[in-house]
Amino acid sequence: MIELKNVSKWYDEFQVLNDCSTQVAKGEVVVVCGPSGSGKSTLIKCVNGLEAFQKGEIYVDGTSVGDAGTNLPQLRSHIGMVFQNFELFPHISVTENIKLAQLKVLGRSDDESQQNAARLLERVGLSDQADKHPAQLSGGQQQRVAIARALAMDPVAMLFDEPTSALDPEMINEVLDVMVELATDGMTMMVVTHEMGFARRVADRVIFMDEGRIEEDCSKEEFFNSERGERAQIFLSKILEH
Amino acid sequence: MFGEFDTSVIFDNLHFLLEGMQTTLILTVIAICGGLVLGTLLALARLAPFKPLSFIAGSYVNFFRSMPLILVIFWFYFLVPHIVGRPVGGFYSVLVAFVMFEAAYYCEIMRAGIQSVRKGQIYAGQALGLTYTQNMRYVVLPQAFRNMVPILMTQAIILFQDTSLVYVVGVKDFLVSADLVANRENRILEMFTTVALVYFVICLSGSLLVRRLQRKFAQ
Repeated sequence: MIELKNVSKWYDEFQVLNDCSTQVAKGEVVVVCGPSGSGKSTLIKCVNGLEAFQKGEIYVDGTSVGDAGTNLPQLRSHIGMVFQNFELFPHISVTENIKLAQLKVLGRSDDESQQNAARLLERVGLSDQADKHPAQLSGGQQQRVAIARALAMDPVAMLFDEPTSALDPEMINEVLDVMVELATDGMTMMVVTHEMGFARRVADRVIFMDEGRIEEDCSKEEFFNSERGERAQIFLSKILEH
Repeated sequence: MFGEFDTSVIFDNLHFLLEGMQTTLILTVIAICGGLVLGTLLALARLAPFKPLSFIAGSYVNFFRSMPLILVIFWFYFLVPHIVGRPVGGFYSVLVAFVMFEAAYYCEIMRAGIQSVRKGQIYAGQALGLTYTQNMRYVVLPQAFRNMVPILMTQAIILFQDTSLVYVVGVKDFLVSADLVANRENRILEMFTTVALVYFVICLSGSLLVRRLQRKFAQ
């Protein structure tokens, strides 16, 4: 479904991604972790072409992301993405947030978009917030709307870029619950997160990144049970301590 | 002189003065709308990744922002009939002058507004599959516009005052109408006091509205 081959990226002289290769199969859930500045957010943004990369290739559902001839908006329209800071559109209501791209990108009718929005809001448990503006919602609620907005496009895969990092602790679980449900429903997911509990519950594989490199790429069982590289061990001990 | 401050001259000439005010308001409103549309297009051009386009828009803005408004008004008064090949009258030439002049200022306001929209919002629009144009139209510009409402309105108030400069080419706006009445009826003090009061009340109300909006947006 998602395939990265030897992806490298530079900001001027500074190399943020160094020869990254991995893949996410259909229905697979892959968690990407690593210290801040390790390039994990950059990597996931390369998958749908939000960030350009200079070397290597990325394929999503058979389409090359880096190819100049690729219609990126069309490709992105069926890859869902959820951001650290939610990024709901603040000037329109929750329902309109979920309808916008359905109407303008997929060309769905107003009725159909409205029904989808209502169905997805129910799925994330926010039917009663449909007519509010994003600023009137808590962080956890906003992130659930953001997930609903991405799902409205009927994505073939979902990318999550630290979806719970900006949340107060008591709101993290409501978002993770929605994500776990998605994972068990068979959604293909690539998730940048430090939530190791989430990784243990639903991940198929765990990728550990450090200084722009993929240092570990193994099954969840291997990652949590066996000997790992030194850096991964230090990282894991730091985030599991508390 | 104060003993014979005669307000009847205002009411006797009310119709004439209101016609002048109508011209002032029409000029202001059209210059705001036209300037805003042209200014937004210029702002988009200035921010475009295509360098020549950005350069042309930047030059336009720098040029008009370096010119005194009164010169621009004069200049278009002689230039516009020359371009269209027939006399167009003072009103239309100042209209063009104001739209083109204001566009340079609105461009800079809208540019700041567009840049005030967080990068993450643009990412979010892109990630949903919106094209550049759709992202601008549905995500970025509405937010840029909202963020800039107080400054856009302040600029509109300045524009409202600046329209009085049309007297140099003889367009009968509020000030010129009042001037005509003042001279015809020899009631200079009454007329200019009235004009000052009217400008004051309108501009102050505008400023108070801006302050209220600012407070509302700050919340």
